Amino acid sequence: MSYKLESKIPEGPLSEKWTRRKAEVNLVSPNNKRILEIIVVGTGLAGASAAASLGELGYNVKIFCISDSPRRAHSVAAQGGINAAKNFQNDNDSVYRLFYDTIKGGDYRSREANVYRLAEVSSAIIDHCVAQGVPFARDYAGYLVNRSFGGVQVSRTFYARGQTGQQLLLGAYASLNKEIAAGTVKCYPRHEMMDLVLINGQAKGIIARNLVTGKLERFGAHAVVIATGGYGNTYFLSTNAMNSNGSAIMQCYRKGAFFANPCFAQIHPTCIPVHGQQQSKLTLMSESLRNDGRIWVPKKIEDVEKLRKHQIKPSQIPEEDRDYYLERRYPAFGNLVPRDVASRAAKERCDAGFGVNETGLAVFLDFKEAIARLGKEKVAERYGNLFEMYQKITDSNPWEEPMMIYPAIHYTMGGLWVDYDLQTTIPGLYAIGEANFSDHGGNRLGASALMQGLADGYFILPVTIGDYLSKKFSEPKTDTSSPEFEEAEKAVQERMNRLFSIKGKLTVDSIHKRLGRIMWEYVGMSRNEKGLKKAIEEIDKLREEFYREVNVPCTQYEFNQELEKALRLEDFFEIGKLMAMDALERKESCGGHFREESQTEEGEAKRDDANYMYVAAWECKGDDKAPELHKEMLDYQFVQVKTRNYKE
Amino acid sequence: MEFNLKIWRQKNAREKGCFQTYHISGIEPDASFLEMLDILNGQLIKEGKEPVAFDHDCREGICGACSLYINGRAHGPDDRVTTCQLFMRHFKDGETITVEPFRSAAFPIIKDLVVDRNAFDKILQAGGFISVRTGSAQDANAILIPHDNAEASMDAASCVGCGACVATCRNGSAMLFVAARVSSLALLPQGKIESGRRARAMVAKMDELGFGNCTNTRACEMECPKGISVSHIARLNREFLKAKFSD
Repeated sequence: MSYKLESKIPEGPLSEKWTRRKAEVNLVSPNNKRILEIIVVGTGLAGASAAASLGELGYNVKIFCISDSPRRAHSVAAQGGINAAKNFQNDNDSVYRLFYDTIKGGDYRSREANVYRLAEVSSAIIDHCVAQGVPFARDYAGYLVNRSFGGVQVSRTFYARGQTGQQLLLGAYASLNKEIAAGTVKCYPRHEMMDLVLINGQAKGIIARNLVTGKLERFGAHAVVIATGGYGNTYFLSTNAMNSNGSAIMQCYRKGAFFANPCFAQIHPTCIPVHGQQQSKLTLMSESLRNDGRIWVPKKIEDVEKLRKHQIKPSQIPEEDRDYYLERRYPAFGNLVPRDVASRAAKERCDAGFGVNETGLAVFLDFKEAIARLGKEKVAERYGNLFEMYQKITDSNPWEEPMMIYPAIHYTMGGLWVDYDLQTTIPGLYAIGEANFSDHGGNRLGASALMQGLADGYFILPVTIGDYLSKKFSEPKTDTSSPEFEEAEKAVQERMNRLFSIKGKLTVDSIHKRLGRIMWEYVGMSRNEKGLKKAIEEIDKLREEFYREVNVPCTQYEFNQELEKALRLEDFFEIGKLMAMDALERKESCGGHFREESQTEEGEAKRDDANYMYVAAWECKGDDKAPELHKEMLDYQFVQVKTRNYKE
Repeated sequence: MEFNLKIWRQKNAREKGCFQTYHISGIEPDASFLEMLDILNGQLIKEGKEPVAFDHDCREGICGACSLYINGRAHGPDDRVTTCQLFMRHFKDGETITVEPFRSAAFPIIKDLVVDRNAFDKILQAGGFISVRTGSAQDANAILIPHDNAEASMDAASCVGCGACVATCRNGSAMLFVAARVSSLALLPQGKIESGRRARAMVAKMDELGFGNCTNTRACEMECPKGISVSHIARLNREFLKAKFSD
């Protein structure tokens, strides 16, 4: 390895590492904070909470969002909840247990120290959100209530109906608004980052496109924070928002930031199945539904055929003819196994021919038993808005017939490689939330994305970034007329000119859909060597076709959504290829990454700790060259590495 | 299914706009309204015409980005949905559908069906928050909140900030939007301290930005995709008056 990845994990016992780091980092005095500028890209939970907290500290913050308002960021769509080790239920939860569940759920591919810190600060997140006015669910005495999520045996999830992400985002957005009003944060809505600018190898600013005027603008700072979320939209059909993209992280990757574990993508088991060719996105149904809903397919293939021909209704199939396959295969966790396990089990049943809708790609999620046990009113209080949403979309009534669900791409655990301070391999460039890789390993547990985004933004980054900035206040303000900015802007301009000059016959969406099909087929729930090699070939071919045949209408200097999509698709090609290369290199099954060559006789995922217990960090070597793989070996000092077992 | 679409086209904020009619066919009844527009745009691009610009993002009814005025109603004919959750099965085959942006003096048009709703952000910046600093909070269960208050606060907090209330109101008032935020926080003990100040600052900002006054037509409640009740306007008025009288 030419480059040693320094994770900078503090010495000492697990529970003291964060305390030690906090004691070590240099502070910046209030008068110096005022002259230090920080750019935050993205206004989801991570970006908004970071910008608000940095603003409160007195830094000069600029925050950028591609939407018309920070409140649109896709964190808003998270439904189920946020984990915290409060032990309010007296069910023997603790920081250690949340840490352990997260490490195990991530299939032993995340960093112990980072995950422990996450569990450690989780409690303060709930405190802060309540103080912000987030209306979490309460009992009649006024205390907070909890529910359970997949992969755990305690109830530690706090929630606000099925709109937890929305409420937490409104909390962070409110704090952001408070700082905008105070003048510490300046917000740039409808601005998209186009490139990162480095001066002497340090992150010093960005080029952004004003999406209304179409003009390129330059912004300088002492540090840049990437909080732009994941890259799930590489698959075209996913639960991500239409505008979610991986372009900011790819711009950083091309400038030298390493991309870690790109192949770790989470496929969420409870999404509304694909309905037809014209579909533009998939809708998730919260995992919390698995608390009370039971997942099944018919035992008899005759029943499956009758269902597909609409000759019988699912409710008419008697109990003894139903296969509650998660309860059958994983008695200890039942319907609450982690997402990767639940998704693969659904695929296994559908591949065996038991899929229950016309496409054969759906299973049932049934509330009959829960309604009988709890009553309709209680079920409505817990899941009412989800039932309503399901009915609006599918035109079918979940109170009478079971819901139909199928797995879909949801979250990406991979992202920019960061050290313990959340700094990437580029000095002054930080990555937080879904955009980094550090906490979820090969699989993220439910209700942990919100926790991580807010932990990074409220409590971790504001401390660690100070250490870097403490050496920067004497440096002059970044000069955006410098040759580095000049050159970066020119490169972006050339990229756009090239797209407009193609004038082909194919729309951006039609090509993106084809990329999505390649990804889902070969880099989806189940992967093998032959398929992954084919994916790389097919992506290359499709990219060539894109540069020959794409049609980007109108001009740069106007509101042009087709141009935005085309620029993002260029990066999705590169991400898709990197995902396939990483998946090819990782010849084990692990978390969301299932290699067919590595499974047990019962078809369960088989990890290979001897050869693959590392973070794969990819370094860009230029457009036409293969990226170089660096390995950060994972050293488990505090937990015993085991095979995940949700059966006993 | 097939449709005739009468769509508002406007190059930018400065130029005048007009309706253009397009024909579209081969639409699946389960396609969403926005998916139908995606298909129309594909068709327009192939014909060398400019695609129709419209705001959208999550397409699951929660981000509040989509903002179309369809056949004279904000978010179209179905009740309690945003435009992205409206499906073509709600229309008659062959129907002519009129599509306009959300119109209001405070929401200038950017292009076609896209409007600038930055005024909403400005209202919230005026006081739509609890002034707590990261790190100051006490234990979450130290603030007890009666179940029903938490639920009522959550009802108000369900606002997605789409602007349907403003687009629907004949006065172009943002009272329901402002009330939802004020009420949501006023119902909680931790939001009470700044309640009066908040109500006054947000109402003043709303007036300054060119939104109209509320005349209690309740049209906003009818068209709100999240069903937010006008009773929150009553609570806003109470908070506002209390603050005035305490001067």
